[in-house]
Amino acid sequence: MPPARKRRIRLVVALSAAVLLACALVYTSLLSSSESVTPSDLTAAKAGTSYTLTGKVVDGSVRSTDGGVDFRVRDREGRTSVPVSYNGAVPDPFREGREVIITVRKQGTTFVGERDSLVTKCPSKFTEDATQRASS
Amino acid sequence: MAIVGRALLILALVVALYGIAVSLYGAVRRREEWIVSGRRSVYAIAGLVTGAFAILEYAFLTSDFAFATVASHSSTTTPTFYQAAAAWSSQEGSLLLWLWLLSLWSTLVLFGTRRQLRIVAPWATAVLLGFAAFFAALLVFKETPFALLAVAPAEGAGLNPLLRHPSMMIHPPMLYSGYTLFTIPFAFAVGALITRQVGAADWIRATRRFALAAWLFLGIGILLGARWSYSELGWGGYWAWDPVENASLLPWLTGTAFIHSIMIQEKRGMLKIWNVSLVLATGTLAILGTFLVRSGILDSIHAFGASTLGVPFVILIGIMIGGSIGLVVWRREALRSENRLDSLLSREAIFLLNNLVLVAMAFVVFWGTFWPLIAEALTGTRRSLGPPWFDTYTVPLAIVLVLLSGIGPVIAWRKATPANARRNFLLPAVAALGLGGVLAAFGAASRPAALAMFVCGAFVVASVGQEFWRGVGVRRAMTGEGPLRALRSLVARNRRRYGGYLVHVGMALLFVGVAASSAFNNARDVRLTPGQTTRAGGYEFTYAKATSRVSTTKAGELEKISFGAVVDVRRDGEKIVTLRPERGFFPSRDIRGLGPVGRFFEGEATSEVGLQAGIRRDVWTAMTPDIRNLMPTIEEGDRVFAAAAGKLPPELEGQALGQALSGIVRQYIASKPAATFRVITSPLVTWIWLGAIVVFLGGLIALWPGPDAPGRRVSARYAARVAEELGRA
Amino acid sequence: MDILALLVIVMVLVAVLAIVASPLRGDTRERVRGEAADEIAELEARKEAKYREIRDAEMDLRTGKLSPEDHRELDRALRAEAVVILKALDEAGG
Repeated sequence: MPPARKRRIRLVVALSAAVLLACALVYTSLLSSSESVTPSDLTAAKAGTSYTLTGKVVDGSVRSTDGGVDFRVRDREGRTSVPVSYNGAVPDPFREGREVIITVRKQGTTFVGERDSLVTKCPSKFTEDATQRASS
Repeated sequence: MAIVGRALLILALVVALYGIAVSLYGAVRRREEWIVSGRRSVYAIAGLVTGAFAILEYAFLTSDFAFATVASHSSTTTPTFYQAAAAWSSQEGSLLLWLWLLSLWSTLVLFGTRRQLRIVAPWATAVLLGFAAFFAALLVFKETPFALLAVAPAEGAGLNPLLRHPSMMIHPPMLYSGYTLFTIPFAFAVGALITRQVGAADWIRATRRFALAAWLFLGIGILLGARWSYSELGWGGYWAWDPVENASLLPWLTGTAFIHSIMIQEKRGMLKIWNVSLVLATGTLAILGTFLVRSGILDSIHAFGASTLGVPFVILIGIMIGGSIGLVVWRREALRSENRLDSLLSREAIFLLNNLVLVAMAFVVFWGTFWPLIAEALTGTRRSLGPPWFDTYTVPLAIVLVLLSGIGPVIAWRKATPANARRNFLLPAVAALGLGGVLAAFGAASRPAALAMFVCGAFVVASVGQEFWRGVGVRRAMTGEGPLRALRSLVARNRRRYGGYLVHVGMALLFVGVAASSAFNNARDVRLTPGQTTRAGGYEFTYAKATSRVSTTKAGELEKISFGAVVDVRRDGEKIVTLRPERGFFPSRDIRGLGPVGRFFEGEATSEVGLQAGIRRDVWTAMTPDIRNLMPTIEEGDRVFAAAAGKLPPELEGQALGQALSGIVRQYIASKPAATFRVITSPLVTWIWLGAIVVFLGGLIALWPGPDAPGRRVSARYAARVAEELGRA
Repeated sequence: MDILALLVIVMVLVAVLAIVASPLRGDTRERVRGEAADEIAELEARKEAKYREIRDAEMDLRTGKLSPEDHRELDRALRAEAVVILKALDEAGG
């Protein structure tokens, strides 16, 4: 086979592989990603579907349970809040008023958090907190 | 002094802008004196920013709370080491650190190349000064480290306890060193493209060490973060595919491809477009990584706040992307390959495949990280991807990568024949497959991906071992040295090659450790009362008894209250180790609405992990105490102290408070409290850290400066031979 | 702003101006001499790199990664390139 033809075949194979990978990426990401929502989005939640919930932990809502912690999550700016029940290791920075990310599934009237999916955002580093703290 | 710091930064910005102007003018008009002035501007900026950084550090070390950033990130009770490191725990301090490192490396490279690369260097200078000007402008106009408070508080807010760990403090300087070092080859690539000097490998030769150092520092920084996560946080993992973790991984992946791919350009004049594209991408990703950490555009555990810096960074990244693509397209003629690929079974082909795999990995990580934004743009709803999705793609790609790292150094140039393939690969392949068979017999076949990684890792170690063996043999044949001396001189004369081999071995160990600890670990979350036992991975964890203590600082102030457990670990009835996991509660500085006793339980909490690391496996445990039973006592304490507020002199009140807290911690033990434990047994985790050390050593060897051989005598001999042949021919 | 800070800033300003502006008042003759030395340094670096490549190729031959015919061809090409550099060095006066 003449070298030019060989090279063209190689190029076609390589590009096809790249296209295949790209398609696989898009397909699987649409399939396996969970929707990122805020508490107000969850009013229309379907039971059994998993959502990635972000919001702030409502002050005074944190209750330790035997296996983990129950709390409420509210919109970053707003009042709507939903109850969450989480079993598993509670991350160190977790406390009321902090922003959290957690994968939840609706079960009855509450949302059950997936194990190990509770992430609390580190609050104190590069925020505009300096001004907030100074003025509060 | 803050005003001096401010002035230094303003001056740095002005000098940077001046330097850009004169470097470009000197480059275009070929006027040497302006070029030198531009280079001197870089030196001047290094001096200015060093001064500014020194002023900031001094403020931290002397707890000068007139500085706003010191007041909000440090305190008099913070240990000295962390006071110094707290300087870069703030947005403005970290930007200053970035600028300082950039100015240092820029000075180093421009001083080192001041007599070479006369056409390219001025443009590279302009690019580096462009970055400097950008960061200086941010520091001058948006986030100044030298803001002063009208009234200096008596005490600062202190450093977040989660950050009080040496790894956590070295992690940012390592990462920033990596990012800033990558801007050096970026700048020289831009200069080489503009001046059409990309054909020759001069710009690569001058910046190769910087790229390698960048790769090394960035890698160490990433690993320090992983190590901290594993040994300090309560979840027991070391990598979560978190957006900020991914952001630092992206330039590392493309950087790895770059430092390998340039070897092909040096040897065979091929892959030129790949090399410029990779280095431009790496520089851009480094800036993207710097930006992502502080942007707040993606949800991450490292959410360092939504900041006002988003727009400038996006503009800079946009310019870098657009400019890079434009430059490569504009100069594509000069980037033509000098040679063609002869065979798919050749070193050139393996390196090309290496590039493809690394870029594919980078693309996967990029896609998964930015998917929330992409999905929002495409479908209107934000969606996020978790670790399983990332693992689906990165695991097979990583296996292929390790395999390639075993094949690459050994396979022949141009075209591997069956004869030399047999000679080079038979032994390592047999050894690796043999080991695979043995492991499969022991049950490893239940996790085929991990088994594949073990086999590939063994292949790498065997083929590198064979390389060393053969190299020593060649050397001894040439010089008759003893084996140890031959090894030493072999490595000393071929630092790049053998240092690189060592890096491959280290990476193989690292990946084997990752595979084993991910596939074969045993984790359990369980709630125990004192005396109860749980099992995981063949080990028994017994919650022997509860512990608690009150820690005070050297000044006698209450630092934290810890509740913990004594956990006895046994295997087959025999005691292995006693672990003491704890949860520490720091008092909240914000006392609004909190009772005098209760506030000690409302501040930050940190985990002290109970860990026994071993060559074969780690035993890990963390606990969460159940302090619900203490709440009535705490609330009572709040009431009592609130009622007595002001009725006692402060020292007595402090003493009473101390006694109340001591009583509470004693009550905790007496109540035989239940606690929630996470116990994990994980094989070969230590191999990850050991592999990293081997990588670091190999990288140092490869980086080590100096001639690869005794220079003068040998070159004279070669020169004579070459001249002789010239006379003959 | 106190007097000390002002003094420091002025001193720094002067130092920066001195560092940055000094090449602009430089000597032409010195510059030309400097340029010649730079060219020699660059050629020396290229020469060293070329010798490294020749040695590497020999190493590859001995460890079986380069066939003898390929090595012969590569070695010839590299040495020819080395000669070009040596000639250039001679002309530059190094």
